Amino acid sequence: MVVDTIRLYRSTIGKKAVMAVTGAALFLYVVAHMIGNLAVFAGPDALDAYGRWLRDIGVVWPVRVGLLAAVVLHFVAAYQLTARARRARGRYRHRRVVQGSYAARTMRWGGVIIALFVVYHLLDLTVGVLNPNGVPGAIHANVVADFQHWYVVLAYTVAVLALGFHIRHGVWSATQTLGVTTSRVVGLGVAVVVCAGFLSVPFAVFTGLVS
Amino acid sequence: MKLTLRIWRQSGATGRLVEYPLDDLSPDMSFLEALDVLNERLVLAGEEPVAFDHDCREGICGMCGVMINGVAHGPQKATTACQLHLRHFEDGDVLTVEPWRAEPFPVVRDLVVDRSAFDRIVAAGGYISVPAGSAPDAHATPVPKPDADTAFEAAACIGCGACVAACPNGSAMLFTAAKATHLGVLPQGQPERYSRARDMVAEHDALGFGGCTNAGECTPACPKGIPLITIARLNADLLRAHTSRSDR
Amino acid sequence: MPFYTEGSPIADQRVPVGPIESRWDLRRFSARLVNPANRRHRSVIVVGTGLAGGAAAATLGELGYRVKSFCYQDSPRRAHSIAAQGGINAAKNYRNDGDSVHRLFYDTVKGGDFRSRESNVHRLAQISVEIIDQCVAQGVPFAREYGGLLDTRSFGGAQVSRTFYARGQTGQQLLLGAYQALERQVDAGRVEMHPRTEMLDLIVVDGRARGIVVRDLVSGAVSTHFADAVVLATGGYGNVFHLSTNAKGCNTTAIWRAHRRGALFANPCFTQIHPTCIPISGDHQSKLTLMSESLRNDGRVWVPANPRDSRPPNDIPEAERDYFLERMYPSFGNLVPRDIASRAAKNISDEKRGVYLDFADAVERLGALAVEQRYGNLFEMYQRITGEDPYRVPMRIYPAVHYTMGGLWVDYDLRSNIPGLYVIGEANFSDHGANRLGASALMQGLADGYFVLPGVIGDYLADAPFEPLSEDHPAVADTMSEVRGRVKTLLAVDGDRTVESFHRELGRLMWDECGMERGEAGLRKALERIPELREEFWQRVKVPGTGAQLNQELEKAGRVADFFELAELMCVDALHREESCGGHFRAESQTPDGEALRDDARFCYVAAWEFTGAEPVLHKEELVFEHVKPSTRSYA
Repeated sequence: MVVDTIRLYRSTIGKKAVMAVTGAALFLYVVAHMIGNLAVFAGPDALDAYGRWLRDIGVVWPVRVGLLAAVVLHFVAAYQLTARARRARGRYRHRRVVQGSYAARTMRWGGVIIALFVVYHLLDLTVGVLNPNGVPGAIHANVVADFQHWYVVLAYTVAVLALGFHIRHGVWSATQTLGVTTSRVVGLGVAVVVCAGFLSVPFAVFTGLVS
Repeated sequence: MKLTLRIWRQSGATGRLVEYPLDDLSPDMSFLEALDVLNERLVLAGEEPVAFDHDCREGICGMCGVMINGVAHGPQKATTACQLHLRHFEDGDVLTVEPWRAEPFPVVRDLVVDRSAFDRIVAAGGYISVPAGSAPDAHATPVPKPDADTAFEAAACIGCGACVAACPNGSAMLFTAAKATHLGVLPQGQPERYSRARDMVAEHDALGFGGCTNAGECTPACPKGIPLITIARLNADLLRAHTSRSDR
Repeated sequence: MPFYTEGSPIADQRVPVGPIESRWDLRRFSARLVNPANRRHRSVIVVGTGLAGGAAAATLGELGYRVKSFCYQDSPRRAHSIAAQGGINAAKNYRNDGDSVHRLFYDTVKGGDFRSRESNVHRLAQISVEIIDQCVAQGVPFAREYGGLLDTRSFGGAQVSRTFYARGQTGQQLLLGAYQALERQVDAGRVEMHPRTEMLDLIVVDGRARGIVVRDLVSGAVSTHFADAVVLATGGYGNVFHLSTNAKGCNTTAIWRAHRRGALFANPCFTQIHPTCIPISGDHQSKLTLMSESLRNDGRVWVPANPRDSRPPNDIPEAERDYFLERMYPSFGNLVPRDIASRAAKNISDEKRGVYLDFADAVERLGALAVEQRYGNLFEMYQRITGEDPYRVPMRIYPAVHYTMGGLWVDYDLRSNIPGLYVIGEANFSDHGANRLGASALMQGLADGYFVLPGVIGDYLADAPFEPLSEDHPAVADTMSEVRGRVKTLLAVDGDRTVESFHRELGRLMWDECGMERGEAGLRKALERIPELREEFWQRVKVPGTGAQLNQELEKAGRVADFFELAELMCVDALHREESCGGHFRAESQTPDGEALRDDARFCYVAAWEFTGAEPVLHKEELVFEHVKPSTRSYA
């Protein structure tokens, strides 16, 4: 079984399958994260209590380890496929993209943007060093402090939209890779819901709906 | 009508685009007939004609294929270059004509490329092993019509290479998947279904084609419209080949 | 003026003696075999990778012989069999509509206008059944009905439904089956594949075919390949007419060179003209595109009743249309054989008026959807080429050269008169007589490749291996230097006319004088004109570039040079055969109502021509009909 997993990974389809599976794991995390964020609308105490509860039940570190593994695998496979594509594809003097959606064409750079954002996001709201408030455990206050600034809102918006595009193609692509095809509309729908959920927080703060 | 063709000319390791104005074309000509007109003129002028692959000129042999303004087989959907007629262009258009480009498809000369990699993918497993004379009666195994239709749809592939030429990854997965699907949905193809997927994909990768990332450029470029779902089928078969014990 | 001399008749066709039904069995039993362990020490060259050549190379590989396979295309999958549309006949009688091996045999002999060899045709009908089994097992996606069983349709010249098909791409699917089998043998190391390689001559040593001289079309290198036997499966020579439904690369060079080395060329003038092609749109036309005969299942052929009627077809009222095939041939209607339909159309319209193929009735009767399911891809193709929508406007149709029944003479074993040289598929003359029925070419190609050749070639190879050869052998060196000399000469002329312009001129001449209708005066004129034109070709042709590169003009020049020589033989054959039969229609020999008039007393033979360099020598193979009595073909 081990030998065969290695053989599978050696094939280009195997790498794509790894990206699909790790992508699916990351996507599930993103959805859970997005739903958790909505606690901000229940008031300062609710959000901070939700944070404490996550620590108390002991899921934080296992999830972090899992996420890190998924991100590494996702990235390595993507890197290998990209390097391979660079060698294989031809360079035309005159090239026009026929159909591939914007989302499909921006998977690689979109992925890089999301990765950079995640680093900033961790320094901002997990470690707290880039946060204007930066008090450990005071999640609600930190969040509210963040989104007073238009440039922070802008940064989060750009990142969330990049994530939306990534999800839009990624969801469809992962199902295709795992051999079950769905309509591309499913990917679009999921992406819109995730984006709306995430963006509701900064815009609610920025407009004063949450304070 | 008038057209200006900017054609890739290459006889050694490198090449360049050369511009050829043509001013007495008929809209009823096929694109390749316009190249014929140009070539006859070049020959009479003592120049070497543009080398391009073509044979049946009715869209089925898969021999022809060039990038026309960056689109495989030109702007008309589901049409090979030989069946593309000039009436689909505007008078005065400037068209850049390049060969298929991909690492496993080296340019032989001008617009001619070497596609023998496709034969090797088929040789690796794109068949049903049935020596002549060993077949049971044709009606021994009925095939549900939808399966036969799906197989036919995939089997319509003409092996022209447009999918590779259009793919941002230089992948030949649509070609490989078309063959795997054609044989894999038929009852006759079941015994070798998973080994076929495994061996063809292994050969595909070994030949230096890129990996498929579901970019979706291939199907719109395909003159036979082979659907992307064939790749999903191949993916599933490959995963099964490496995860189940049924067919090692 | 004598234009040929007559030599000795062909005495032996090596047909086994016995009841016709068991001759193939008898032959397979009498043929010597090669022990499986010894087969890998016997080598065979197969030139061409269409249905016949691809199937033969694959099957010989499966049997364990060492095979070398050659094609001029970049892949064996592209041979022109791929373009066959309509279907493949088989006497399966799955429809229970009265079909049988004997009926397919009978229809084929009659369809060929009694100019084919009964024993070969009977074997073909017997094997037809196995071909379908073989192809289905290979995964050929034939059309099926909802119950999962195979669908069939009717083709010209038959009143049963025995044609199996895969939409309008039957040839493609059958060829891919053979190609896949071939690639399996390539992978197994039993077949060595040489794509982009063109055969330029045959090597004959001590009276045996022992190899070929080829040119690598990419590097330009001329080299030799040796084997114990050589199989030619290089297709037909319809491109002698310049415009035909053949692929641009189809040529006669392989069989013509073999003819020059001594192989007899049989019935070269028997050419099939297909009635339903897409009309020519201008001088730039590079080839003609066929529309499957299957269209005549539901389409109705008509012309305006008034020859001077210039209205668009849809404006011509029903009463002013002449559905001439239905009128003249009520029992077969639109499904008469191709030669009959083409000539009827020519007689009635003389190529000047439009001939229409109309689907209005079918759309009304079956609905547009059903028509689309049956013919959708053909309609699309028509629309792409002409810009007209056949669902609404009747198709315009035009006759075009499509198939050549003639080819190298072969005996019952498909062996030419040169020992060790086998000829299969369209390249031989064997099974179709003077006219081929629709859906029979695929049947013959696969029968020859999968079953007949592999069944009998062992008899010859049992004497092998023959003495090893090298390029120093005088016969080999001579052939090599002739080939090199020819290439050099073509490049050296450096004249002022393109190869294409010569080909066009030759084609026009052949179409006018040796096309659908041939007359003595015209043929004599062509026989004067062709040598002049050929002479001019060697004085004025211009081939740029060198021989040491991919040079498509050089390839074309060599092919056209051979077409010139073949064209002359075709006219000789057509002129000597003072009768009309099948696709060969002599203006001097017709019934009062314009039908072909055969002359069985004088011409019931195969005309096999020997190359001499001067007047060709005619060898007659007498045709004996024991089972199907020659009669006037009637489809009325």
